[in-house]
Amino acid sequence: MNLTTKQWNLFVLAALLAGAAWVGISARLPGTLAAPSLPAPQAGFLAPDFTLQTASGEVITLSQLRGKAVLLNVWASWCGPCRAEMPAMQRIYEEYAEQGLVILAVNATDQDSATAALAFASELGLTFPIVFDTDGGVGRQYAVRALPSSYFIRPDGVIEEVIIGGPMAEALLRIRVENLLGGQP
Amino acid sequence: MAPILNVGPLALPLPELLLLAGLWFGLSLSEKHAQRHGLTADLQANLVFTMLVAGLLSARAAYVLLYPAAFAASPASLLSLNTGLLHAGGGLVGAALGGWAYAQRKDLGLWQTLDALAPALGVLWMASALAQLAGGTAYGAETDWFWGIELWGASRHPVQALEAVAAGLILGRLFPAPNMANRTQGMDFLWLAAGAAATRLLLGGLRGASLTTLMGLRSEQVLAWLALATALWLIGKRRAAGNSALQ
Repeated sequence: MNLTTKQWNLFVLAALLAGAAWVGISARLPGTLAAPSLPAPQAGFLAPDFTLQTASGEVITLSQLRGKAVLLNVWASWCGPCRAEMPAMQRIYEEYAEQGLVILAVNATDQDSATAALAFASELGLTFPIVFDTDGGVGRQYAVRALPSSYFIRPDGVIEEVIIGGPMAEALLRIRVENLLGGQP
Repeated sequence: MAPILNVGPLALPLPELLLLAGLWFGLSLSEKHAQRHGLTADLQANLVFTMLVAGLLSARAAYVLLYPAAFAASPASLLSLNTGLLHAGGGLVGAALGGWAYAQRKDLGLWQTLDALAPALGVLWMASALAQLAGGTAYGAETDWFWGIELWGASRHPVQALEAVAAGLILGRLFPAPNMANRTQGMDFLWLAAGAAATRLLLGGLRGASLTTLMGLRSEQVLAWLALATALWLIGKRRAAGNSALQ
């Protein structure tokens, strides 16, 4: 632009004033972080609700876990990264369950077998609840495209973070869980 | 939105792939422009490599400093490939320091170096907007405007797509051909920075989950306004310096 210094200064002033006005106007537009009402498998939204059963027949509904920090992990026994991160998840569960952490391992049974899943859980001595998504409904609700997929859910039911793929490092699990529970490691 | 690209048995994370493609294409574009700023392709490649390594190391180091107890409990996590254990701010500072140290060692000027990197930074900016679109992050607020896209259960402003288009237009305007007329040193980078800041300032008002500052203003916009003011002020200074040199 071939502007004189005076013209340039006027241009800058006008641009910054217009920018400041837009900042003020857009503070009143919808879109700032508020209590979310829509369910969606994305950080900042309510975790979509579902009800599934464990091998022993216990029925678990996600929304009934409100008030607790939840790590929802979708996995399959044939998936290498899923298997690799389970021992760290078990250690974290043992350490933080008493403080209100729930780890809910949703087995993608529509592409796995319950028998193989239970054998793997037994081999590793997993004590957190494992539920079976036999028809893939939860996988579709959460738009799962890769295993493992993990959802860190705050006590108010809002998803804090989604991690696709794995294995998650133990430090990552510890830091995210501590943050969900309201403290820092 | 497609966060995962399924190729046969492989599940590839599309946002990360887009960033890698952006880095590759940006560096190719920068190479063509680097000589105009007195940098050979090798020098530029080494500069970027130094910045990448310094950025990654410092991003992990910053995370360790923030959460030392977590890493003390599982030291193997220090070497984890999880990008969630990288601190963006620490990485940017480390990359900048790495680049500065390399430029000092090779006797490169600040504006010369920034100008040489500007095309790569511009392409990376566009790639990051496309990565956000693919991952469904940094989404827009709900709207009933004609351009709304269905995302997360509502029709939303397509802010990520708009940002990618804006980045493309600014890149096309600033870097049309390697042999274009020389501008005053620093102008390539500063105009790119001003364009990026203005875009974030405009689109920040249409985002769907903005963090706010004390006065209820959106943090992204406040930071973008400050960046725009700084870039325009520096452009004014460089213009004055360029005019003096001509006289």
